[in-house]
Amino acid sequence: MPRVDASHLAALDRYPFVVVSWVADDGYPLSVATTFQTDAARREVILREPAGESVAIPTDRDVNVIGSHIRPTPGQGYDERRYLQLWGRTSPPSQGRVVFAAARAWGWDEAEVPFFEYSERSVPQSRRYLDLLSAQAGRRIRPRLSLGWLILRTTRLPFLSATVIPVLLGILVALRHGAFDVWLALLTLLGASLAHLAINVSNDIFDTLSGADAANVNPTQFSGGSRVLIYDLLSLRQLVAVALALFAGAGAIGLLLVAITGSLTLLWIGIAGLAVGIAYTAPPLKLVYRGLGEIAVALGFGPIMLLGAYVVQTGRLALEPFVASIPVGILVALILYVNEIPDRTGDAAAGKRTLPVRLPADTITGGYLVAALAAFAVIVVGVAAGLLPWPTLLALAAVPLALRIHTGIREHYNSPYTLMAVMGTNVNLNLMVGALLLGGYGAALLASALLR
Amino acid sequence: MGWLPAPVEALLDVALVGELAVVGPKGRPIVHPLIPLYDGEHVYMHSSTLFSKKLEHIKRHPQVSVSLSDPIALRGSTDRATIQGTARVIEDDPHSQWETLILELWRRKEPVIDSFLRQRVALPLFFERAVIEITPERCLFWPGGDTSRLPLISTPESRAA
Repeated sequence: MPRVDASHLAALDRYPFVVVSWVADDGYPLSVATTFQTDAARREVILREPAGESVAIPTDRDVNVIGSHIRPTPGQGYDERRYLQLWGRTSPPSQGRVVFAAARAWGWDEAEVPFFEYSERSVPQSRRYLDLLSAQAGRRIRPRLSLGWLILRTTRLPFLSATVIPVLLGILVALRHGAFDVWLALLTLLGASLAHLAINVSNDIFDTLSGADAANVNPTQFSGGSRVLIYDLLSLRQLVAVALALFAGAGAIGLLLVAITGSLTLLWIGIAGLAVGIAYTAPPLKLVYRGLGEIAVALGFGPIMLLGAYVVQTGRLALEPFVASIPVGILVALILYVNEIPDRTGDAAAGKRTLPVRLPADTITGGYLVAALAAFAVIVVGVAAGLLPWPTLLALAAVPLALRIHTGIREHYNSPYTLMAVMGTNVNLNLMVGALLLGGYGAALLASALLR
Repeated sequence: MGWLPAPVEALLDVALVGELAVVGPKGRPIVHPLIPLYDGEHVYMHSSTLFSKKLEHIKRHPQVSVSLSDPIALRGSTDRATIQGTARVIEDDPHSQWETLILELWRRKEPVIDSFLRQRVALPLFFERAVIEITPERCLFWPGGDTSRLPLISTPESRAA
């Protein structure tokens, strides 16, 4: 508990009154509100003496003085939550005043430490309390979530869109090249999704074991991992079992697809995908810890996913799906890139040297713009070279969104919680470009069918 | 049934924040601003396991007090009161027991809680909670909130008399 200094007294001056509390002789705390003035130089609070023997502030024991404030916001709860409490001793009252000499202070102001960060910093207390409660009760008491929410949280299911887009795009490119099997397409989608979820879960395991997730006190819905281990919603053993089950499912489907198509190229693509996914956080490579996470993600969710889906349908590699995979890979990598910005302090503490840990804010912000514009440039060049169908230029409609995100990153770089909206928009950019590329391919297919 | 004076019950019914004073391990008072709920007999407060040190203090020293003093948190009322009592921590099942015991009272005072509860997945530990049930034993009331005047003191016995 910090010693009182002038800043605490200045902070107390923000409150219109204080509540003075002490433990009475009968063992009950007793509290009374009163007005006050501060003397910062002497670290003293001059309290107006409350009337009556029943609330006479004692001088022979520690007294607590607290100022607290909230602002009710109808329909939304309240904000501006803050409080500051001081401990010290009082002098005998004189002329209706009691001098309180403050010694220790403790408080919280959500303008300085946002509620979510305050909560994250308190997670060890929750675990300690529940461990103690379990010991007292003679049974394990741990936090819970309903099964649906637990699955969603553990696997980070909403991020599956990063897999669905390249797989569908690979299937559409193959369709444009005259190859399509609906069952193979569904199996590809299922296998790729299981692989993505398996990698999400295994990354969580390695990030928790490395201490990166625990060191991060600013997780958001887009960053900081699932936290199911940190919160003790699942045990390490359970999470490892989930990861193995997902890997087994993905591997089985991958081998089935190799057996059906007889494509060794597909086998190598599958092996490369799993290797990149695991090496992303797992030792010895730990790519994301070395600032190579974006490249791994761009490869995994770009060429590997898209070419894999294409090869399942056609049995061969081609230049067009590779070119189409580049903007998709870049934009998924940019999701990671932006999501790493609020994580950078925790990541640095855990030795996770991501790009935002290594590079200054201006470079990271400028790098976003360059990479996003490069993704759009690849589409333009691809169309100009006759590799991509011209309707894929529809994706350029998302350029203003990318520019808006760039501005948002610059403005909210140092504020994890206001950056959250930017991170959400960045996910939407990936969805929008993916949808427009899919729409472009759909339009090209329709046009060629009509002209046939 | 309860014995608290009607004006104090009125304060409890509207209060968004009350200062819960508990006794720490070294015998010092520690104060926690919390939302008080009232069922006509007991004052209920509650705590996430995230901020559960107060629960440990109460289990060691169950005597507590609740101060209702901030006109902003009392929806404009300038009356003030302090309720002393004995607290019991109810924590058999922090996941759902509090919903059975106090969610309806909480919802009545702060309807927005339902929308937060629907987002339980976002902050699961916040909704792992213990209930603090306080049996009032003595009440000090300052009509108009002026503590330079003597408080009106009541107890269950004085109310019965």
